[in-house]
Amino acid sequence: MVLDPSLQAGRDRPRKHLRAATTEAPAVRWTLIAIGLLFLAVFLLLPLAAVFYEALRGGVAAYAEAITDPDAMAAIRLTLLIAAISVPCNLVFGLAAAWAVAKFEFKGKSLLVTLIDLPFSVSPVISGLVYILLFGSQSLLGPWLARHGIGIVFAVPGIVLATIFVTFPFIARELIPLMQEQGTGEEEAAISLGASGWKTFLLVTLPNVKWGLLYGVLLCNARAMGEFGAVSVISGHIRGVTNTMPLHVEILYNEYAFSAAFAVASLLALLALLTLVLKTALEWRFADNIVAARGH
Amino acid sequence: MATAALSRFRQPSVIPGFGLALGFTLAYLSLIVLIPLAALIVRSAGLGWTEFWRLATDQRTLSALKLSFGASVIAAAINTVFGMILAWILVRYRFPGRRIVDAIIDLPFALPTAVAGIALTALYAPNGWIGQWATPLGLKIAYTPIGVVIALTFVSLPFVVRTVQPVLEEIDTQYEEAAATLGAGRLQAVISTVLPSLLPALMTGFALALARSVGEYGSVIFIAGNIPGVSEIAPLLIVIRLEEFNYAGATAVAALMLAISFAMLLVINLIQAWSRRRFGHGA
Repeated sequence: MVLDPSLQAGRDRPRKHLRAATTEAPAVRWTLIAIGLLFLAVFLLLPLAAVFYEALRGGVAAYAEAITDPDAMAAIRLTLLIAAISVPCNLVFGLAAAWAVAKFEFKGKSLLVTLIDLPFSVSPVISGLVYILLFGSQSLLGPWLARHGIGIVFAVPGIVLATIFVTFPFIARELIPLMQEQGTGEEEAAISLGASGWKTFLLVTLPNVKWGLLYGVLLCNARAMGEFGAVSVISGHIRGVTNTMPLHVEILYNEYAFSAAFAVASLLALLALLTLVLKTALEWRFADNIVAARGH
Repeated sequence: MATAALSRFRQPSVIPGFGLALGFTLAYLSLIVLIPLAALIVRSAGLGWTEFWRLATDQRTLSALKLSFGASVIAAAINTVFGMILAWILVRYRFPGRRIVDAIIDLPFALPTAVAGIALTALYAPNGWIGQWATPLGLKIAYTPIGVVIALTFVSLPFVVRTVQPVLEEIDTQYEEAAATLGAGRLQAVISTVLPSLLPALMTGFALALARSVGEYGSVIFIAGNIPGVSEIAPLLIVIRLEEFNYAGATAVAALMLAISFAMLLVINLIQAWSRRRFGHGA
């Protein structure tokens, strides 16, 4: 096994003194690799394996029963609905924000970019709490909302708002650096040749950013479907009505229905694995078209 | 006129849609993020200073904050050490399965926190795969502060790797070569040439991991046991106050945590600005 390509040149000579000055002795290398891999195995792979093991421990029939239970099905439907509303909202926002930030020069731009990232530094629990303070029964708006029969807190709109909040930066922070890197030359050319603004956007800008956009949507969707803290605070945990999949996992777990909890959890784990596979495929295939591939 | 004001505000461009794009961005940002956060600040300001201080320095609040921060610092430190090792082996070495290892590091970002929480609890509970080996040694992990550290280590694992990795990829090995020709041992060469350039990235990674851990809720509540004063984290205390309809209490803890988060965000930005000045790249 040749660990470093620079070693290949010296392969047919005595190797003892030919180790490049910029790498470590094989023993050190393999020890570091072993430490790194062992750490990942214990902290990442074991929990993942535990989810599937616990889910299938009661047999396939129990597994199927747990995920086709009416409350579980309702939770799955609600999770899909929440993602189907919040991801497109943040998609439109991401495109608008990236268009404004990347194609124009204006004052206060860096402040705007900082504010867009703000939700990432707020605890999920606080993300849910702020909407309760804004729309809950003790808020200024609360009595008015109640009189008009508009339910936000402990209802689906509240869950959607909290989900939009926690997934707010995903698509924008992917698109902004990508569109900044691509500059304004192609758009200016299209406009000067007589294309309208919308036509330029649809036929020039959008095709240029499509892989980065898909990357952002993927991450946004994974978080939207898996969000727990923010949604937990605002949902009220009403079974079959305001229970998303992660909340359903919690309820089943707290009722000691462990196999059922892990069965629903395994669906979310599969979603996570699928997200990782697609994300990695995008990074390998379209690395040049995805700027923020690292650092999420 | 409006156009004159606009041209001072932004540089002229032939590309249309500035007003629409920026207008929508600001409206959406205000409605979803700024106004709700302002509501929290207004509500906590409405408590008055004495009341806020009384709620924020309540014994239970203080021990929850202490646990959240203490456990987060330990988890971030663990991840700084192992994150550095992982970034190093991923960038500098070639071994079978390297790209899969690289991909799997983002698992904590993709796996819903509640799923991580119940999985870690199953592993570290006294009868779990890992717990059954720890229990005879007198080590209790689940339902103790150690469990909190384990969960926070899981959720903040990718940050240091992902901040150090791109910087390490950019570092030219010529300085290590120079150090070697000047007679430095390998370890000495790495410490004196590579480590200083990685320092801002390591600090940023640590701060990001810390910021994420302090606010974390879903993965912790299952494994922590949630004993008030012992293994109760600050975000959980907010939830408990809410369930008691104690909005003032919830608001006070939340405002305090928000202030701390913003302070950490500021520190991260300062590290990055310093790093750009010092090394010519962000961390």
